[in-house]
Amino acid sequence: MSAATELTYLVSTALFIFSLKWMSDPKTARRGVFAGVVAMALAVGGTLIHHEIVTYRGIAIAFVLGTIVGVPLSWVPLTAVPQRTALSHAFGGLAAGLVGTAKYYLWLPTEELTTFRMAAIAVEIVLGYLTCTGSLMAAGKLQEVLPTRPITYRNQNFINFGLFGLAVVIAGWLVVDPSKPFLFPILIALALSFGVLLILPIGGADMPTVISLLNSYAGLAAVAMGFVMENKLLITAGALDGSSGLILSIIMCRAMNRSFTNVLFGAFGQVQAGGGAAEQRTAKSATSEDAAQILENANSVVIIPGYGMAVAQAQHRIRDLYEHLAKRGVDVKFAIHPVAGRMPGHMNVLLAEAEIPYDRLVEMDDINPDMPQVDVALVVGANDVVNPAARHDSKSPIFGMPIIDADKAKTVMAIKRSMNPGFAGIENELYFADNTLMLFGDAKAVVGDLVKQMAGGESVH
Amino acid sequence: MYNYDAKASYHNMDMSTAFISLLFVFMLATFVGLDVIRRVSRLLHTPLMSLTNAISAIAVVGAILLAGEAETPFSTALGLIAVFASTTNIVSGFLITDRMLKMFKRRDPGS
Repeated sequence: MSAATELTYLVSTALFIFSLKWMSDPKTARRGVFAGVVAMALAVGGTLIHHEIVTYRGIAIAFVLGTIVGVPLSWVPLTAVPQRTALSHAFGGLAAGLVGTAKYYLWLPTEELTTFRMAAIAVEIVLGYLTCTGSLMAAGKLQEVLPTRPITYRNQNFINFGLFGLAVVIAGWLVVDPSKPFLFPILIALALSFGVLLILPIGGADMPTVISLLNSYAGLAAVAMGFVMENKLLITAGALDGSSGLILSIIMCRAMNRSFTNVLFGAFGQVQAGGGAAEQRTAKSATSEDAAQILENANSVVIIPGYGMAVAQAQHRIRDLYEHLAKRGVDVKFAIHPVAGRMPGHMNVLLAEAEIPYDRLVEMDDINPDMPQVDVALVVGANDVVNPAARHDSKSPIFGMPIIDADKAKTVMAIKRSMNPGFAGIENELYFADNTLMLFGDAKAVVGDLVKQMAGGESVH
Repeated sequence: MYNYDAKASYHNMDMSTAFISLLFVFMLATFVGLDVIRRVSRLLHTPLMSLTNAISAIAVVGAILLAGEAETPFSTALGLIAVFASTTNIVSGFLITDRMLKMFKRRDPGS
């Protein structure tokens, strides 16, 4: 590498760090994107001036094709952002896997495969290819072209661990003796199939954790590529991505009170169905008229949205409701559970799109101390994240999971299609509490009705 | 960079110091990364992930080197596919991050 290239890389690295630093606040975040774009332009430019590059035509064509595919991918609706993200992890993993593969076959005949290089290549292709197929599986499940329910079979964990162990043994063998070219395709095949098998048993509610984990893997694959190519920029930028994915995975796991191993090998959602059905309890329901009146007379309302809100496309109606109440002087806040939605922070983006000001969005830990003073908690499309059983029922599968204390509000209103229990068949005792009123129906229709009732009262319509 | 004709043991030793200095870079970058990411507002975790998607598409650098050095048709072809895949991530990652960030607004004083 020439000094000019290395210097460009140095500036690029600094800008990448600033880019992430500016994401700490919504006010500076767009500047962060700009810094990232400049950093990437410098990295690409610095690489293109490298003297060993002899052909540009193919690269130019690949740039154009990548742009043609990339631009429409940035127009997806925000509900589809998790799929797009998974797809992008798949592309990242693929790029790392392919570069590692090519480097192996380039260095094999010239005997340049030192121990370190071989080890780095092995890590790069295993991480790269498993991220590729695993992310494609995750994207398929999120897009619902694949079944979203966890797919389990007997001895699943045994087979997964066995395959992984085999991959480690083969990788180790290659590191000791790289001149066994028949082993290399086997390693690739193992990594590709391990990615698929790893995601099969994972259900929709675990997607935020899995996406974060794959994000981390994609970054680490880039780091491994950096070790193969002996390129510090690749290592730094990859490490930034890897640590970001790691932190997000940890936050997601904590928010569900589960460990990595439990998410990956626990096949949540298969067990504990039924059981609670024996006890017949009745829930109180309310009409939209009554509900609208209670909401209007409240001083403070906390809206607790879940993925169901996004499925029903109710967020714009929610915004109308928010505006009506705010106009009447009601203090309206939104309580966001870290795992609400299909990826970290998903709910915030969906509400921001509906033009709900971000200073109204409050994190779980910040809102919970205030919940006993709240007049109305309105639950829209959330279920497990407001189930009080998580606090006290040690038999519940979600026991120990931090929840939003909706039940502590003076009145709770929950919008639900029917009394069918949600994901994993866990019954929610919140719906049977004395202070809970059920509003049955589609979230979009119910919230629309509430808004109409309020507007009617003001005789605007 | 280093002498290809040297004995394998010497060769490996030379490589190992280079390798360890790369490990230094990796370790420090991870610490910086963990520290910076921890401060990112939870509001912005989705845009953060699409931004880091774009950043990890830095793999484009390795892909360009592989494709541009054009050593064998096989390596060039794999390199070009990798350039394509990374470019897709760069373009869509930055564009969608900016699109999402534009939506985050404070309460406008008018309403």
